[in-house]
Amino acid sequence: MFEFCAEPSTLDTWPWFACYLTNGVHLLFYQSFLTVLMLLAITAPVALAFGFVGAAASRSHIAPLRWLGKLYTSMVRGVPDIAFFLFFVIALDQALEWINHQIQCPDWDEPIRQGANFIVCQAAKIPLSSAPQWVHEVYNYFIAVFTFSIVFGAFAANVLFGAMRAVPRAQLETAEAYGMTRRQTFWRILVPQMWVYALPGLSNLWMILIKATPLLFLLGVEDIVYWARELGGSRTSQYAYPHPDWRLWYFLALLVFYLGFTRVSEIALTRITRRLSHGQATAGGEAQRKAAA
Amino acid sequence: MKKLAFSAAILALTAGAAFADGHGRTIRMGTEGAYPPYNFINDDGEVDGFERVLGDELCARAGLTCEWVTNDWDSIIPNLTSGNYDTIIAGMSITDERDEVIDFTQDYIPPTPSIYVALSEDADLMGGVIAAQANTIQSGYIAESGATLLEYATPDETVAAVRNGEADAVFADVDFLTDITDEDDELMVVGDPVPLGGGVGMGLRETDGELLEMFNAAITSMKEDGTLNALLVEWFGDDIPTYE
Repeated sequence: MFEFCAEPSTLDTWPWFACYLTNGVHLLFYQSFLTVLMLLAITAPVALAFGFVGAAASRSHIAPLRWLGKLYTSMVRGVPDIAFFLFFVIALDQALEWINHQIQCPDWDEPIRQGANFIVCQAAKIPLSSAPQWVHEVYNYFIAVFTFSIVFGAFAANVLFGAMRAVPRAQLETAEAYGMTRRQTFWRILVPQMWVYALPGLSNLWMILIKATPLLFLLGVEDIVYWARELGGSRTSQYAYPHPDWRLWYFLALLVFYLGFTRVSEIALTRITRRLSHGQATAGGEAQRKAAA
Repeated sequence: MKKLAFSAAILALTAGAAFADGHGRTIRMGTEGAYPPYNFINDDGEVDGFERVLGDELCARAGLTCEWVTNDWDSIIPNLTSGNYDTIIAGMSITDERDEVIDFTQDYIPPTPSIYVALSEDADLMGGVIAAQANTIQSGYIAESGATLLEYATPDETVAAVRNGEADAVFADVDFLTDITDEDDELMVVGDPVPLGGGVGMGLRETDGELLEMFNAAITSMKEDGTLNALLVEWFGDDIPTYE
């Protein structure tokens, strides 16, 4: 990074740290913070969308759709996260390769499953084994985001389902009395009012999601916890920057990051609650009305 | 949005298929990246160590294009069989148990002993708590020896366990541990070295016979012209056993 870093063993404490904290592996460590933040930024809205569709399906009047919604929420919520992550990701990856295999190599005569081996033709590999490493990493990352979204979507579906039922029946009856169709009642009355009931549950999910990101490493994505352990481990002079066991300091930095991040989230969520309570027939909305009067 | 990016990625990948076929196969080399001097991630974030140099040379001799991938030790064999990479080159000892699941090339490091390292001379090696990396020949040996086995996922954690007193001693490959004891006055080698394993080889899928032959031929040629011996001495010092 800096020019004076050519010979790290000759440096004083401060320049040594300046070089150490900007070497290649540390840049990868800092990058992994972005990886985690990006995961949250993508997963949260996608999971919310899955949850919304799941909740809407669960209260549908069409029976098969309702069963599907119920099945999704109860099944995914019932399976332990780690089991789901290990099983689903491998199954998804192999399913994609299997489909691709049927398209690309229809004349293939060897069995795909040979004991523990899963062998598809070279052209059907996703990504291709000749693809550069970053393509493999991006692919793994999106599989991970997709899996996170399915898991957290199931929890969100249950929260939203409850919130939809919490909207006062009188509101919906009034809408019907005005001659609104079911669809109109859903979109114009139910959906705008349900968020304030859903918010406590959703904010819980968000907090859990923030802390669940170390699961990423199970899926082959190098996250901040992986790098903290890797960089904190003691280094012999085989490395340019030898040091004793510094894991404590690295994990302390993670602690600060996670605490800071949850604090910021709390502040944001409080603001959203205040906004959503405005004009609602809830205790919070009532308090706001009185304060204004 | 995610779906869009996902299908875009698949499109990009399938579009590359026609191009890739003309260039033959890229061999993905799977390693752990946490076991100096065999293999480790250097300060620039790249795979380094004896096996990096060896692997690049073997690929050059076999005329293959190779790419390096790191993977956790615990899942290094399942990820080979499910096709995430094509070889394991991670200081893996050739054992009968592993040979049932995957195939090994001939050894590229001769059988070397494993040693105990502890904080004091009188550490109880037969009845005490011994740290070893999970799923290694060393952890298998300790489990049989009567001592209490304490397993860790990474080699570094096994040594840390001795330093902070959780384990009485650590049991691992001599080449990994001597690099550490050389620079740490508190740690010392105790007990006698234990000969273990049948040397270190590359692991491949059992269905990859052709690739296995290519690597075997490349290793033989490096053994014959003495470059392998020179490489062993360069990375492991003069005490390492070499090939005739």
